[in-house]
Amino acid sequence: MNTEAIKDLLYKMADDALVIGHRNSEWTGIGPMLEEDLAFSSMAQDKVGHSQALYQIIHTVFGEREPDVLAFQRSEKEFKCCQLVELPIGEYDFSLIRHFLFDHAEALRYEMLTTSTLMPLAQLAKKVRGEIKYHVMHADTFLKQLANGSEESKARMQASLNYAMPYALGIFEKSAFEDTLIGEGVFGGEEKLQHLWLEKVTGIVTTAGLQMPQVDEAKIIYGGRKGFHSEYLKSLLDEMTEVTRIDPSAEW
Amino acid sequence: MYGNTSLTAEEAKVLNASVEDPQKLEAFEARITRGEKIEPGDWMPEQYRKQLIRMIEQHAHSEIVGALPEGTWITRAPNFKRKLALIAKVQDEIGHGQLLYSAAETLGKTREQMLMDLLSGKSKYSNVFNYPANTWADMAVIGFLVDGAAIVNQIINSKGSYGPYCRALERICYEESFHLKQGHDNFVYLATGTPVQRAMLQEALNRWYRPLLHFFGPSDRDSQHSEKLMKWRVKLASNDDMRNQFLDQYVPKIYELGLTLPDPELKKGDDGIWVFGDPDWDEFKRVINGDGPCNKERIEVRRYSELAHRWVREALLNPNEKYAIPMA
Ligand SMILES: [Fe+2]
Ligand SMILES: [Fe+2]
Ligand SMILES: [Fe+2]
Repeated sequence: MNTEAIKDLLYKMADDALVIGHRNSEWTGIGPMLEEDLAFSSMAQDKVGHSQALYQIIHTVFGEREPDVLAFQRSEKEFKCCQLVELPIGEYDFSLIRHFLFDHAEALRYEMLTTSTLMPLAQLAKKVRGEIKYHVMHADTFLKQLANGSEESKARMQASLNYAMPYALGIFEKSAFEDTLIGEGVFGGEEKLQHLWLEKVTGIVTTAGLQMPQVDEAKIIYGGRKGFHSEYLKSLLDEMTEVTRIDPSAEW
Repeated sequence: MYGNTSLTAEEAKVLNASVEDPQKLEAFEARITRGEKIEPGDWMPEQYRKQLIRMIEQHAHSEIVGALPEGTWITRAPNFKRKLALIAKVQDEIGHGQLLYSAAETLGKTREQMLMDLLSGKSKYSNVFNYPANTWADMAVIGFLVDGAAIVNQIINSKGSYGPYCRALERICYEESFHLKQGHDNFVYLATGTPVQRAMLQEALNRWYRPLLHFFGPSDRDSQHSEKLMKWRVKLASNDDMRNQFLDQYVPKIYELGLTLPDPELKKGDDGIWVFGDPDWDEFKRVINGDGPCNKERIEVRRYSELAHRWVREALLNPNEKYAIPMA
C-alpha cells in the first residue's frame, strides 16, 4: 500500500476532527440554552476522540509519533484540515450550519470507509459511524426548526449557509493521491463523496425551505489540504499548545 | 457555598416571624422528623418553599457560572487525556445546572425567571467563581479543591428533606466523585512534575486558599441563625462544621505533596478543630456584593449567552405555520 497516500488521508481526517472539536468545545458554557451547551460539548468530545483514534492509527500502523505529539506539536503548515473547520464559532447560526455541512460529509465519508482495505480504518469507521449519526440528527433537527422558526431565524440560517458553502466545498479538495487511494480500495475518493454529500445536503436544505447556494468553482476555498490555511488556524494552534509550551520537557 | 443558606438579618427576621396553619405545620414537621422526603405536590410552609427555591437556584447558578472559568481552559488543555476529561467535566457541571433548575422549577419558579434573576444580580452564585483561573494549575486546584469543597457541601445537602433536590444531588455527587479523581490526578501530576509545574501549582494554591476558606460562608459567630431551617432539614450543618470537615480532609493531602498553604496560623487543634488566620471577611462581603475580580465578566458572559441567543429560543418556541405542513 502507498503509505504517503494513506497518511495524507488520515492526517486530513484527524486534523479536521481535532479542529472542529476544538471549535465545538468553545460553546461549552455559552450556548443558546443549556441543552445546546450539552449537545455541542458532547459532539466536541466525540470529535476530539475521533482525532485521537486517527492519530493513533498513524502512530501504530505507520510508526509516527504518539497522538499527543501529532496533535500538539505539529506546525500550522503540517496541518491538513480544511478551512471550514478553522473559522471561529461566530454566532450560533454559523456554528450550526457548519456543523450541519461538516457532519454530513463526515457521516458519508465514514460510511464509505467502512469497506476500506485499510483494516484499522474500516474498523474505526464502523464505530464512528454510529456516533456521527447522532451529530447529523442533531444538526438536521435544529436546521429544520430554525429554518422554520421566525423570520429572523430563517434569514440567519440562509445567510450563514451562503457564507459557509464555499468553505464547505473545500472539504472535498483533492489530494495528489486520489487515484492511488481509489485504486487500492482505501477510500472511494473526494469526488464521489462530494457528489453524495451535495445530493444529501440539497435535499435537506430545500425541504427545510432554504435555498441551496450555487457556488462557482473559482469561489471555493481550497488550500487547507495542502497546508494553506486561514488566518485563524495559527492562533487556534497557539492557544491549543499554550500550556505545553510552558515546559515542553514536562508531562502534563 | 453551592447551596447557600446564609441569611441576612432581615431575611432571618421574616423567616422566624412567619406563621403557618399550626396543624399542617405540625404534620409537616412530623414527616421531616420521621425522615420522610417532602415532594412537590405536598403542603409546605411558604418560607420552606422560598428558602429552598433560593438555595437550589443559587446552586444551579453556581454550576453554570462555575463552568465558565474551567470552560476557558478546554481549548488550552495540554493533551488528549486532559482535554477530554475537562470537556466532560465542564459538560457535567452544565448538566448539574440543568438538573437543579428542574428541581427548583418543581417549587414554582421557571428556569427563565431564575436566569433573569441571575443576570439582574437578584440571585447569587458561589463566590468562589468570582476569581480568575489564571493558569493551567488553576484547573488542578479547582478540580481537586473547589470540587472537593463542593462535594462536602453537596453530600450534606443530599440528606435534606426536599425529595427532588436530594435526588438531583445524589446523581450530582456520583459524577462529582469523577471530577475529584481527575482533579486529584492533575494536582498530583503538577505537584510531582518539573520545577516549573510545581511552582505553577504552588502559586495557584496560594491564590485559591482564601476563596476556599470563604467558600463555606462566614463564621457561625457572624451568621444569622435559623432554628427553622435546621428543623426543616434545609440547612444540615453549620458553615464552620463544613469548613472544618473540608480542611480536615484536604489539608493533609496538600501537605503530603510537599506543598504549603499561605497561612502561618493554620493548624489543627487538639479538639480536632482547625484554626486559621483571618481570611478577610470584608473581602468576602465585597466580592459577594459584586466587587470581585470577575463578577462583571461572569455575568456579562451569561448575558451574552442569554440575550444574543434569544432568537434561537424564540424560534424554537414559536414555529410558524409552515412547519406544520408535513414534510416530504
Ligand atoms: Fe457540579
Ligand atoms: Fe463544580
Ligand atoms: Fe464538579
